[in-house]
Amino acid sequence: MHKLRLLLGICLLGISCAQAAIDPGLLRPLAADDSDTRIAAILALVEAAPEEAQPVLQAMAGDSLAVAGERVVVLGAGGRVFDAASNRELTPPPAGIETIGINNRVRRELASALAALRLFSAEREVRWQAAQEVNQNVDAKMLPLLDRALAAEKDPKIRARLQLAHAQASLGSTDAAVRLAAVKTLGESSDPRVRQLLLPLTEKQGDTWVEADSAVRAAAGTSIRSIEQRLAWADNLGRAFTGLSLGSILLLAALGLAITYGVMGVINMAHGELLMVGAYSAWAMQSVFRAHLPGALDWYLLAAIPVGFLSAALVGVLMERIVIRHLYGRPLETLLATWGISLFLMQVARTLFGAQNVEVANPSWMAGGIELLPNLMLPWNRIIIVAFSIAVLVAMWAILNLSRLGMFVRAVTQNRPMAGCVGVPTGRVDTLAFGLGAGIAGLGGVALSQIANVGPDMGQGYIVDSFMVVVLGGVGQLAGAVWAALGLGVFTKFLEGWTGAVVAKIVVLVLIIVFIQKRPQGLFALKGRFVES
Amino acid sequence: MVRRNFMKTISAVAVTAAFGLNSFAALAAETIKVGVLHSLSGTMAISETALKETVLMAIDEINSKGGVLGRKLEPVVVDPASNWPLFAEKARQLLSKDKVAVVFGCWTSVSRKSVLPVFKELNGLLFYPVQYEGEELEYNVFYTGAAPNQQAIPAVEYLMSKDGGEAKRFVLLGTDYVYPRTTNKILRAFLKSKGVADADIMEEYTPFGHSDYQTIIAKIKKFSSEGKKTAVVSTINGDSNVPFYKELGNAGIKATDVPVVAFSVGEEELRGVDTKPLVGHLASWNYFMSLKNPQNEKFTKAYRAWAVKQKLPNADKAVTNDPMEATYIGINMWKQAVEKAKSTDVDKVIAAMAGQSFKAPSGFTIKMDERNHHLHKPVFIGEIKADGQFNVVWRTPGPVRAQPWSPFIPGNEQRKDQPEGR
Repeated sequence: MHKLRLLLGICLLGISCAQAAIDPGLLRPLAADDSDTRIAAILALVEAAPEEAQPVLQAMAGDSLAVAGERVVVLGAGGRVFDAASNRELTPPPAGIETIGINNRVRRELASALAALRLFSAEREVRWQAAQEVNQNVDAKMLPLLDRALAAEKDPKIRARLQLAHAQASLGSTDAAVRLAAVKTLGESSDPRVRQLLLPLTEKQGDTWVEADSAVRAAAGTSIRSIEQRLAWADNLGRAFTGLSLGSILLLAALGLAITYGVMGVINMAHGELLMVGAYSAWAMQSVFRAHLPGALDWYLLAAIPVGFLSAALVGVLMERIVIRHLYGRPLETLLATWGISLFLMQVARTLFGAQNVEVANPSWMAGGIELLPNLMLPWNRIIIVAFSIAVLVAMWAILNLSRLGMFVRAVTQNRPMAGCVGVPTGRVDTLAFGLGAGIAGLGGVALSQIANVGPDMGQGYIVDSFMVVVLGGVGQLAGAVWAALGLGVFTKFLEGWTGAVVAKIVVLVLIIVFIQKRPQGLFALKGRFVES
Repeated sequence: MVRRNFMKTISAVAVTAAFGLNSFAALAAETIKVGVLHSLSGTMAISETALKETVLMAIDEINSKGGVLGRKLEPVVVDPASNWPLFAEKARQLLSKDKVAVVFGCWTSVSRKSVLPVFKELNGLLFYPVQYEGEELEYNVFYTGAAPNQQAIPAVEYLMSKDGGEAKRFVLLGTDYVYPRTTNKILRAFLKSKGVADADIMEEYTPFGHSDYQTIIAKIKKFSSEGKKTAVVSTINGDSNVPFYKELGNAGIKATDVPVVAFSVGEEELRGVDTKPLVGHLASWNYFMSLKNPQNEKFTKAYRAWAVKQKLPNADKAVTNDPMEATYIGINMWKQAVEKAKSTDVDKVIAAMAGQSFKAPSGFTIKMDERNHHLHKPVFIGEIKADGQFNVVWRTPGPVRAQPWSPFIPGNEQRKDQPEGR
């Protein structure tokens, strides 16, 4: 009933009225106490003044519609107040302004009213959004509206969306031919909601079919199968992506360790705290940008990348110079000493920044995602982190294989005395290599700050995962770390889909224990004369 | 700048230490020691740190008005670091070494369960300020948070109502420990009594500190697309809420399609999240910072001033929330009870607590039940606004009596609504 009146209102849209004021009597019930009255008021407003209604409803949806005494006002930027009925600014602003709070039910009605109004917007992007929104909530009563919109629409992409909505709305038609056409059109959809609409058509209620016409029934079956195929595909694609994303995070966390432990053989228990240093650098850059460059706040993350690398590398170099270099060849002492350093670093962070987590906001270009299919949305922050981890990996590969430092590092790892004999400054190479590993951990920390909590203890959660990746991949093997991280990520995510997060974690740990028992050298083993020594 | 702060902290500590030593002899006889047992580090620090601040603020307030029975209160703050066995250790230290008269503390039920034996053995007094699963009634504990019938059940009833979206399918999502498991058991029984089939309920748990919610969000999306209107009931605790809500926002799950109602997320937890994509998601509590009444105005102002004075991080944006209000009610009621009993003796104070009332920031006069150690509290349901505050969309007409033994768990009919005395 309400929807019908809304549609009547919208059908009047074509007739353009002069920019007249809205009757204040229509606006007042928007501020009523119960949702029923408000929804009725929204529909009445759309019906009476479709063009003027749009800014008012938009303000209501954005929590900036308010009442001041008997008057309904729109709150503008910078504390300006406009009269909702005449759209004139009120100076001075009236006293006792109270915002009209809305609940989800009102918000839903507002969204569908606004979407219906926007279907006739002059801008393509707005119409496209509206067509998508209309698809979310189709009703048989919307048919005349959709007919009108289809008649006016030229853009093929929007038309396709509208046709889907139209087909959904015509499923209840009394004409079997119309229903058949609708069911066939809906087979093109990949929306799980459409499948839900079609399912009842193939079912029996008692002894009679819900859908009397057998041709429609058969077509519905075919359409459901094709939708399901597409859905299953998107499902697996989504799962593979989440696995890839978890893998990239594991890789970023473990890459630094792959150098310090994998290549140099230092059991670095403070690795997690190097991640923390990187994450806190991201937070520090955010604070600096917020205080001094509020206009460029969105780009603090780019500045955080070098800062995170350098600060973690600095901590790493200090660690190596002061403590670790005295302990080469004594793994147990190294383990104890680095564990002590990790406690020390955590306490320093707690003293400097407080024990509570600090807030690191995603820049706006990392929020949201791309919707590939109605049931598959890839969030931007995940995509960017996957890309970032590939970039870090490539950079690290290049340093180790193409640069002079990388050559020295490999030489020292393979045969320390011989490298020393031919003039490689082994001590300095150790320091630089450790600094490089620490710096890469810092980069991992910058990335982690975007998806996890940043606090003094954050490193503890990653130290186990990092060692898992490096040991599973084979100590001393970068390629091993990559495969292990991706494998663990994808495997964990597929397992989580079956068993839930708690059991998946247990199963993964048990499997790793079994694997290491059977193959202590990991996935990829180093070959050569000096491996054993 | 950082270094300057560091030096300041050190000198502050030195000054306090000097003062402490000087005045120790004089104060020792006169002060009443009050234990504060909240995690200041680890996964729960996000929620519990503010409760410590609330206790300290309330103690400061009480002391500035002359203290209790003419004696000043002296806080003893310990950090159990989100480590459940450490809670018991620290509780024992507070009771037997520091000889505190009362302890304000704990957030998670697992930490409460861990300290219970200590409080029973040493006959201590604990004020527990957080909503919990019920199924417990201890002589030594006063529960100033909500029981399930004061939070969880009304929230689910609201989701099933017309304004709440007439949800027919439910995802029960929680952190894996006693509170979410028990609450979900109660909710499942309640939903069944309302005719919701088992196939329409999905239950999921994650470990403490879980930070990758991709799979779970994907599952929720799938579950909600399989038909009837779906709602999510979240009992996720601690800092996992930040990645959960971030993922929820990024995955484009809107409150108008799949509303999420949370029982452990308040203004404080939302400070670390961009709330714009979360508008319309819900929380059920007995207090919101956005409530408009004189008591609340006083409370929020006092806390802001306290935060600025203590130089807490982001003090200008300091918020208050439900467990903070419950803590505040608790300490003020304890003060009234001590004054009534004219003693800090635990048994006498427990007897004097029955029937105490306090004009709370929720705008209602809250009463401690005469029998069951729980408060009578009003229930509010709020929707998240873009600024991280809550817009109250539903409320009970008045305070509701707590049912610690939920009628939806079989066998509870015979339970006594009163703790066994000593």
